[in-house]
Amino acid sequence: MTTKKFMFVNRKAPYGTIYAWEALEVVLIAAAFEQDVSIAFLDDGVFQLKKGHQTKDIGVKAFEKTWGALEDYDVTKLYVAQESLAERGLTADDLAIPVEVLSRADIGKKMEEQDVLLSF
Amino acid sequence: MLHIINKSPYDRPALDSALQTGEGGILFTEDGVYAIAKGGAAEAKIKAAQGKFKFYALGADIDARGLSDRVMEGISVVDYGGFVDLVAEYKTNQSWL
Amino acid sequence: MKFAILINEGPYTHQASDTAFHFAKAVLARGHEIFRVFFYHDGVNNATRLTTPPQDDRNIVDRWSKLATGSELDMVVCVAAAQRRGIVDDGEMKRNGKDATNLAPGFRISGLGQLVEAGIQADRIVVFGD
Repeated sequence: MTTKKFMFVNRKAPYGTIYAWEALEVVLIAAAFEQDVSIAFLDDGVFQLKKGHQTKDIGVKAFEKTWGALEDYDVTKLYVAQESLAERGLTADDLAIPVEVLSRADIGKKMEEQDVLLSF
Repeated sequence: MLHIINKSPYDRPALDSALQTGEGGILFTEDGVYAIAKGGAAEAKIKAAQGKFKFYALGADIDARGLSDRVMEGISVVDYGGFVDLVAEYKTNQSWL
Repeated sequence: MKFAILINEGPYTHQASDTAFHFAKAVLARGHEIFRVFFYHDGVNNATRLTTPPQDDRNIVDRWSKLATGSELDMVVCVAAAQRRGIVDDGEMKRNGKDATNLAPGFRISGLGQLVEAGIQADRIVVFGD
């Protein structure tokens, strides 16, 4: 099968809308199709990665457990915008999984290298 | 890369996000076209970025919103066919939803 | 050139489906090919044949159905998103013990793999959403 560079651009916070969750479902399918998958977290998308989600009282599945599945599918290229973290008072230590923190400009360069950009 | 922006710059930060992240072309569609109205606060941002980006806007959305007499300089107005041509011209595109 | 289109919002609330429709028609008018239109998130609501807009309004669902049959477009509705939102074809009705179907003509329900395949096969993919 042809392998293409797929980047998922996640810019929305979790729980308020379903985009983040359904984006993750596509990521896992793309990985199952053995594509070269990466995820960029920009703007409110960085909130998806915040540690310590306690979702019991809103009755919605938490993200944190699902991030583990990314490693099982060899999705390890996770880029987070430094500016988006800083604006929101976060650092890489606040995140549930290890990521590569890059400037927005560097994430832009990664985007330019892709074959397919899917934004949710 | 072609950046497609369908959000008003007065509602959401899609334009700022695109300006800070990439280069290439920016196409305004839907509520995104409010950015190109003369005299708005977004006008200065677009002017400042005109060296780095080419700016386009979808004519149908400009007309629908009563902005045809307010289009700032340096914006190429395109129809849906022009939208298709832009997507074909740039290797990739990103919709800043 | 081969295009693919992803629609993430339902009809009427957002302009996304309208813009995608005008874009799809322009792609074909330019002599390009549309490999697939994929409906995801609330975009699956574009596929219910039970829509009844006022007579003086556009019928977004019918418009897609007609474009699909006229131009042999492959229009795919994501099964997981459709199940969540109650978009049902014969197969889904039987599988999930439902008492009705509502999938409009020209659409088919299938998996997210069809979206990934569209990304692989098409030269360009454009996302319409909110």
